[in-house]
Parts: sequence; structure tokens; C-alpha cells
Amino acid sequence: MELNFLSKSNNEAFARITVAAFAAQLDPTIEEIADIKTAVSEAVTNCIIHGYENEEGMVKVKATLMQNIIEIEISDNGIGIEDVELARKPLYTTKGNLERSGMGFTIMESFMDEVEIHSVVGIGTKVIMRKKIKKEESEEIDEKENALIN
Amino acid sequence: MESKFDETDNILDFYITEEIDHHTTEKIRRKMDYEITRFMPRKVVFDFSNVSFMDSAGIGLLIGRYKLVKLIGGSAEMKNVNKNIAKVLEMSGVVKIIPIKPNKKVG
Repeated sequence: MELNFLSKSNNEAFARITVAAFAAQLDPTIEEIADIKTAVSEAVTNCIIHGYENEEGMVKVKATLMQNIIEIEISDNGIGIEDVELARKPLYTTKGNLERSGMGFTIMESFMDEVEIHSVVGIGTKVIMRKKIKKEESEEIDEKENALIN
Repeated sequence: MESKFDETDNILDFYITEEIDHHTTEKIRRKMDYEITRFMPRKVVFDFSNVSFMDSAGIGLLIGRYKLVKLIGGSAEMKNVNKNIAKVLEMSGVVKIIPIKPNKKVG
């Protein structure tokens, strides 16, 4: 699934709702859906505020399903991030005057299983996030299977 | 968003009715700041019963309003926070300055 849209803030809701609808195929729990929506919202907001600094540009959202894992790739052709490690730090923000909390990447990292950030200054930023759906249940099944084997 | 000011107790209630993200916070912020400076309440209550979604933009919004309320000598609290929103709030530590009021038990 792939979406391309203008870096307008009203598209933040559109992006998270669309990805959530796509993820629904994996039959996630309400909590898993909320986690995905929140992570997508953070990444898309970053493209708009930081990548394009509220100028017009295109945001790309690509989502892929691999068995019970959803992979979401969110990218922009904006200014890029100079120091990715610094940007990942909780509470770090370059936009404190806009009442940004600096929690974007922290939320993505805690709500998804894996978060990769690829960024080149002047070229753009790509965030790849993965989440395994129905983790607990499949682990339970694994345990049951193991118990049977043993 | 709707608001209600209780003159007797000097409490300002905000009933937020929209999803809270970067797009919606601008409008909510303007309205809240207008009401806070107009009523100068001793306490502000953020009611989340009709909020189905909130991302980190909400944290910035809450901290910003808290600072304003504190400036006029007031305090703030939150109520009717659902599980998913609580997860975002707890991660940020905002609950330490704006406590979540426990839900009233029925019966």
C-alpha cells in the first residue's frame, strides 16, 4: 500500500486512519491499532514540521504486511536530520517555541517494535517502523506448541 | 471543544471533543488560552471523555496550558482518560504536573 500526499497538517489524520485500516487485515487488538495510529501520526507530523518546515512538499507512506508483521515506511524530501542520535533523545526538540514536546521518536520507538531512521541533510528523511501483531497470543501458542513437543 | 466555568468553585472545565494532533492543537490552544485569561480560574480540568486519539502534540498542548495556569496561581488536572491516551501521557511524565483524577465509582 502506498500513499502520497501534500505536507498539510490535515493529512495527518488521513494518513494514520488509512494505515490503521490497512493494518486491520492482521486483526490487531484495539491497543495495537492505537499504537500504530500514534506512531504514524508522529512520523507524518515530523515530515511536515521538521522535514518541510511547514513549506509545501510530498510525504510518502508505504505499508507492507509480512505474515503478522506490519512494516511502515514514512519519508519526505525535506531538509534532513543532522544528528539522528540527538533527534531520538526523549524531550529533545528544535521546535520548543511551537510547544513541541520532543517525544515523537520516543513514542515511535515504544509503540512499535523496531524503528529505523535514515536521513541525509538536504535530501530527506525516511523512517521505517515494524510491529508484530498479536504478539502475546502467538507467544502463547508457541509456548503451548513447545509444551506439546516436550 | 466546549468549556464550562463554575463561578462558585472557580473551576474551568474543558471538554475536548476532537482528536488531538498537530493539526487540531492550534485551534484548541487559542480557545483554551482565551478562556483561561478570561476567567482566571483557580483550577483547570481537561476532560478526555470524548477524545479518541492523542499524539505527542497533546503533551505540548497540556504543558503549555499548565504553564499559563500556573502563572495565574492555579492548578490543573485531567479526567476520563482512556487507556491509549494514558499510555502517551505516562510516557512523557506530564501526569506528574497535571494529575489524572480517578474516575468516580458507579453505585
